Amino acid sequence: MASVTSTQTSAGHPSTGGGQRRSRRSWGSTVAGVIVLCVMLFPLYWMLNTALQPESGLLKVDPVPGSLDLSGFSKAITDQGGHLLTSLVVSLGAVVICLAIAAPAAYGLARFGLRGSKTIVFGTLITQMVPGIVIANALYNSYVDLGLVNSYFGLMLADASLGIPFSIVLMRSFMVSIPGEVIEAAQMDGAGPVRTFVAVVLPMSRNSLITSGLFAFLFSWSDFMFALTLNTTDEVKPVTLGIYQYIGAHVGDWGSVMAASVLSAIPAAILLVLAQKYIAAGITGGSVK
Amino acid sequence: MTTSTVTAPASAGKPAAPDPARLRRRRGIAQWGFVAPAVVFMLLFFGYPLVRNVVMSFQHYTPKTFFTGEAPFNGGDNWADVFQDALFGKALWHTLVFTAGSLLGQFCIGLALAVFFNRRFPLNGVLRSLILLPWLVPMVVSGIVWRRILDQDTGVLNSFLDTIGLGGHTPWLTSPGMALFSVVLVNIWIGIPFNMVILYGGLQEIPRELYEAASLDGASAWRTFRSITLPMLKPVVTVVLVLGFMSTVKILDLILALTDGGPADSTQTLGTLTYQNSFVQLDFGAGAVVGNVLILISAVFAVFYLRANRTEGK
Repeated sequence: MASVTSTQTSAGHPSTGGGQRRSRRSWGSTVAGVIVLCVMLFPLYWMLNTALQPESGLLKVDPVPGSLDLSGFSKAITDQGGHLLTSLVVSLGAVVICLAIAAPAAYGLARFGLRGSKTIVFGTLITQMVPGIVIANALYNSYVDLGLVNSYFGLMLADASLGIPFSIVLMRSFMVSIPGEVIEAAQMDGAGPVRTFVAVVLPMSRNSLITSGLFAFLFSWSDFMFALTLNTTDEVKPVTLGIYQYIGAHVGDWGSVMAASVLSAIPAAILLVLAQKYIAAGITGGSVK
Repeated sequence: MTTSTVTAPASAGKPAAPDPARLRRRRGIAQWGFVAPAVVFMLLFFGYPLVRNVVMSFQHYTPKTFFTGEAPFNGGDNWADVFQDALFGKALWHTLVFTAGSLLGQFCIGLALAVFFNRRFPLNGVLRSLILLPWLVPMVVSGIVWRRILDQDTGVLNSFLDTIGLGGHTPWLTSPGMALFSVVLVNIWIGIPFNMVILYGGLQEIPRELYEAASLDGASAWRTFRSITLPMLKPVVTVVLVLGFMSTVKILDLILALTDGGPADSTQTLGTLTYQNSFVQLDFGAGAVVGNVLILISAVFAVFYLRANRTEGK
């Protein structure tokens, strides 16, 4: 089963036996790579470092934490724990909505040859052009009319919109490559379109489903704009909004702000480690199509 | 096994001779059932806001609108007000500078790193994937971390510059002359991983034989890069730049987290101006005007992009 993931991640490794000079030079590249990585990740290190020095307040922060002071984290959990939970609930909801809408559409656009399919795929690509703040501008007014402001469901729907076009494009490009015989075989066995989709297409598309789901989650978890504009009270406050308002109110308390930031970055870090191949596939697959 | 297939002929359970036209129509409806929810969703969440913003830009919104529900049409007043406001011109300029600067920096560094990682060396894969982390952290959070790093008196960047004797009192985010530059710098940092990954993917697609042939011909590294890498990479370059443009021109999160548009409106962009008009001053009409300009810029860019693609395809 050829997958979107395999093309990008596996290439470029086989070690070439080029003698000692060759291998010494390539370890030199590794050292250079580590230096680049350190520069790129320094701000994130500094986030963690500051979080572990909560007493530093508005003073300079030491390059390395002298002792393991977790009081910043405990304060962050007290203040932001609820918002982290809100982020989690909203993001999971957005993933469910996103996949439930995008997966069937991807299949339909890949396989049915419906009139207008091309237009719809083109429209899906074009949606990436619409600035989020423009959407929020109009959406807020409709949300007021529909009573969706300050609701979990409203935010889930808006956040799902961040992942749906991406997921359709990604899964469609995968589903096009499923061999036609497999689907025909299912139909010969008497399976209707829904059965074929659920029992045959979805299991075969597992990788692209996971990739789409991961990205839908990350998009929603990182969302700040919809959280900021579609909420007027504190009822539904994801952690991105929580941290943003935190710096307004606790300017001197950088330790706990940074601790909250570290906590909010954890899903990204976990996903990167556990699902690295899906992430790389998503970035390339979703954009180059 | 043989018996079961023989005793179950395909037509056994079906009703006699169904009308083929009706069958086809029923199948068509079932097939549209797969696609329709997504179409409806995208029309509601992307199509409708586009139309609604145009309408809103001709309506007079006040804080009272949300109690009374009344937003009377006021002709082109919103447009005239916004265009006469000096802040609009400034925001437009900042947006262009921000977009051009960010894309230039992200792309050049991203390309350099992609070329670097295209070589074979130990731990290549691990390093390459860890570099993605800045891109995956929520943008607001990155903005807030950088706000601490760039702090004039206690930030680590100035401490570092002070230690190596290069000043160390730069007001990165607090001086109107510096703030936009600093915001661009941070956005370059955020965008490098994305550029790198896509360009790296493009580099991997270039056949190795081309390089081998070039090295047999004795071409220099720079010559090889210019004559093989760049031309072969062109389609991917277009994609990276277009996607980069779309996501950069509408920037909001990062600027709110870093400067809130200040100091003295020196980092106000079309995105933040839309936000401020609509959600701070509750003048949704003025917000819609700025939003429409933002869409217009994106649309013009998209048309150029599509046209360039088409001529290339011929």
